[in-house]
Amino acid sequence: MYTQSFSVPDGSPAPALQAVPSGAEAALQAHFDAVIDADGKIEPRDWMPEAYRRTLVRQISQHAHSEIVGMLPEGNWISRAPSLKRKAILVAKVQDEGGHGLYLYSAAETLGTSRDQMFDALHSGKAKYSSIFNYPTLTWADVGVIGWLVDGAAIMNQIPLCRCSYGPYARAMIRVCKEESFHQRQGYESLLAMMQGTPEQRAMVQDAVNRWWWPVLAMFGPPDENSPNSAQGMRWGIKRISNDALRQKFVDATVPQAEVLGVTLPDPDLKWNAERGHHDFGAIDWDEFWRVVNGDGPCNQERLATRVKAWNDGAWVREAAVAHAAKRRQRTAKEAA
Amino acid sequence: MSSPALKEWPLWEVFVRSKQGLEHKHCGSLHASDAQHALQMARDVYTRRQEGVSIWVVPSASITASEPDSKDMFFDPAADKIYRHPTFYEIPDQVGHM
Repeated sequence: MYTQSFSVPDGSPAPALQAVPSGAEAALQAHFDAVIDADGKIEPRDWMPEAYRRTLVRQISQHAHSEIVGMLPEGNWISRAPSLKRKAILVAKVQDEGGHGLYLYSAAETLGTSRDQMFDALHSGKAKYSSIFNYPTLTWADVGVIGWLVDGAAIMNQIPLCRCSYGPYARAMIRVCKEESFHQRQGYESLLAMMQGTPEQRAMVQDAVNRWWWPVLAMFGPPDENSPNSAQGMRWGIKRISNDALRQKFVDATVPQAEVLGVTLPDPDLKWNAERGHHDFGAIDWDEFWRVVNGDGPCNQERLATRVKAWNDGAWVREAAVAHAAKRRQRTAKEAA
Repeated sequence: MSSPALKEWPLWEVFVRSKQGLEHKHCGSLHASDAQHALQMARDVYTRRQEGVSIWVVPSASITASEPDSKDMFFDPAADKIYRHPTFYEIPDQVGHM
C-alpha cells in the first residue's frame, strides 16, 4: 500500500467562494471545531465543513487509486516469479493491495461520492495517484525493492493516518497497516536472498535500489515550505506529521537496513549528522516529481491504459452478475407467489 | 436495489464474528450484485487472514440510523440519570466490596 502527500490537486475546478455562514451553520461549525480540538472523531453523518469533506474525498480516493494502480507494476511479475513460493507471496501481496483499495473506496463513499464517480475520475485521467507507480519494474529485484522501500515509505506515511480525525478513514488505515508489515518484510527478505546469490544477482539488487531510491523519497510529497495544504490538514487532524519529518524518519530507519543488506544508497551527500541526531541527505529533483505527477512519467500512459482496459474488459462480468441477481430475485418472487 | 438497470452493484455492510463466543462487528462495506455474492466478496476482502468464523451482510439501504452526534437530544435524557450508575450510592467502607 502506498501513499504520498496527497495534497496534490486533482484536475477538478476550484471551489466557489463560501457564503457567510448562517446562525445554524455557525453553531455546527463550532461543534465541529470543538470535536477536532478535543482530538475527537468525525463520523459519516456528522456535520462537517464542505472543504473538510472535499479534502477527504480527494485524499482518500487518491489513496484508493494508488492501491489499485499499485497492483500493476508488481502484477507484471506474477507470471515470472522465480519460484512457486515467491509467486504465492506475490499473489497474496497484490491481492492485499486490491483489498486496501476496496477498504479505502468504501471509506470515501461514506462522504457521499460514488464508486463510479471515483472510477470515472481515475479512468479519465482527472484523478491523481501516487507518482511512484509510474516507474517501471524492469527486473525481479524491483519487486523486492518495492516491498522494502515503497511499502516501507508507505508504512511511515500511513501509521499517523490511523489517528486521522475521520473515523472511516482511520479504521481503514488500521486494517491496512496490520497487513502492510508483511509487504515490507517479504520484499526485504527476497532481496537478502538475492544478495547471497551470484554477483549478477547482487548487481541487480543494487541497480534496482539506485533507480527507486529518489522516487521513493519524493513519495513523501513536496517539502513543508511548498505544501500549502499541509497546515489545514494538520488543523483538521487529517495529517499528523509533516512531509519532511516523515521523510527524515524514513531515511534514518532505512540506512541501517541498507547496511545489513549490503547495498549502497545512491546519494553521495547521505551521512550521519551527530549534531541533528539524523542523517543528512541530498536534494530531491522536484521538477521530475511534478512531471511524473502531471502525467509525464515513464509509465503513466501504460498504467492508465492497462487499468482502463481491465475495467472495460470486465464490463460484461459486472453486467452478468446484475442480470443473474435479478433473475434469482424474480424466481424467488415467483416461488413465493 | 430492485432495479436491474443499476449501473453500480448495490452497497452492503459487512459484519464479522472474529471467533466463537464474540459478537459480529461491523468491519466495512462493499459492492456486490446480491447477498450470496456479497458474502463471497466479504470473505475475500475482510477475512484473508482468518479474521472471521462468520459473516453477516446487510444491504446498506436497509439500515435505519439515529441522528448524528451534533444533534444529541436523542441521548440527552440519559445524562441526568446518574442514579443509574453504581457510583451514585455511598456505602460505608466496612461493608467492603459490593
